[in-house]
Amino acid sequence: MKLLGLIAVLITGSLLLLTVGDLPAWGDPNSPASKSPISTHFIKETLNETSVPNLVTAVLADYRGFDTLFETVVVLTGGIAIIAILGRPSRARKPILSTAKKDESEGLIIYTTCRILIPIIQLFALYVIMHGHHSPGGGFQGGVMLGASFILLAVAGDLPSALQRLSEQRALILACAGVLIYAGIGVICLLLGNNFLDYGVLSRILPATTIVAARSHSMLGVEIGVAFTVASVMFLIYAHLSSQGKLQDGL
Amino acid sequence: MIWQFDLIILIFLVVTAVIALRTKDLLGASMIFGIYSFLICLLWAEMGAVDVAFTEATVGAGVSTVFLVATVFNTKRKASD
Repeated sequence: MKLLGLIAVLITGSLLLLTVGDLPAWGDPNSPASKSPISTHFIKETLNETSVPNLVTAVLADYRGFDTLFETVVVLTGGIAIIAILGRPSRARKPILSTAKKDESEGLIIYTTCRILIPIIQLFALYVIMHGHHSPGGGFQGGVMLGASFILLAVAGDLPSALQRLSEQRALILACAGVLIYAGIGVICLLLGNNFLDYGVLSRILPATTIVAARSHSMLGVEIGVAFTVASVMFLIYAHLSSQGKLQDGL
Repeated sequence: MIWQFDLIILIFLVVTAVIALRTKDLLGASMIFGIYSFLICLLWAEMGAVDVAFTEATVGAGVSTVFLVATVFNTKRKASD
């Protein structure tokens, strides 16, 4: 069986390696992808149309906003599925008791380091979210970092003390609120007479903005929605995975 | 693109991939999987795809390693085959 698997892997691998020669070279200006009118339009016009210097965020949050909306929904659905599989009904749970005091004496160095580190991580995560349309980053990356700061709290101390900061119910509400913010911005565009997630029309209700600035600002709003969902879903997944859904001890 | 840098990363990628598959200790395998993610993140950053590299560093090397470790702690530490 192992031999058969090895043969299959070797054949597939060599077939894949054979086709590598047909791929365009890295950064080739004459490759089909670089020559297509769509990518030329993005490269030339994104800054004029949206005033967003980071092309990647402009494409993700504006031109292909529908795609990113449902990526966020996929993250939310994944979190809900994990809670549905691992989670216990809240009646069966004992009241959450924090044992943080015990851990303070056990791992003073870890506890103190985390106390210093977590605010910096959260501040950097907020910076990544807010600055996502000017530099690399955005809702997904910043949201994961924000969730990771809570996970660090749970790893360093214990899960109940992290759940006291961000309880399961609150995290679930935040996760749904993120998708609602994103879809809500799209619906507002719809109500103002434009297409779903066509942000330009929001300049009518945002004070002192042109159509171009409105697209940039609503990209920020959309990123905040994504960050809400991703951060709380990451923490929820960790909380359920590490405690087998009991939300008691964790690792 | 610096080909020497690429070559070193690609060699390490293959080595970490093989080790992650061969290791019987699942905790060690998930740690090495985190290293694999981080090497891919370096490769992307070096090719200029900074956004993708950022996502790989946070999701791949960061959170998914933690998820794997959490799962290993709640199941078995040794692989059966």
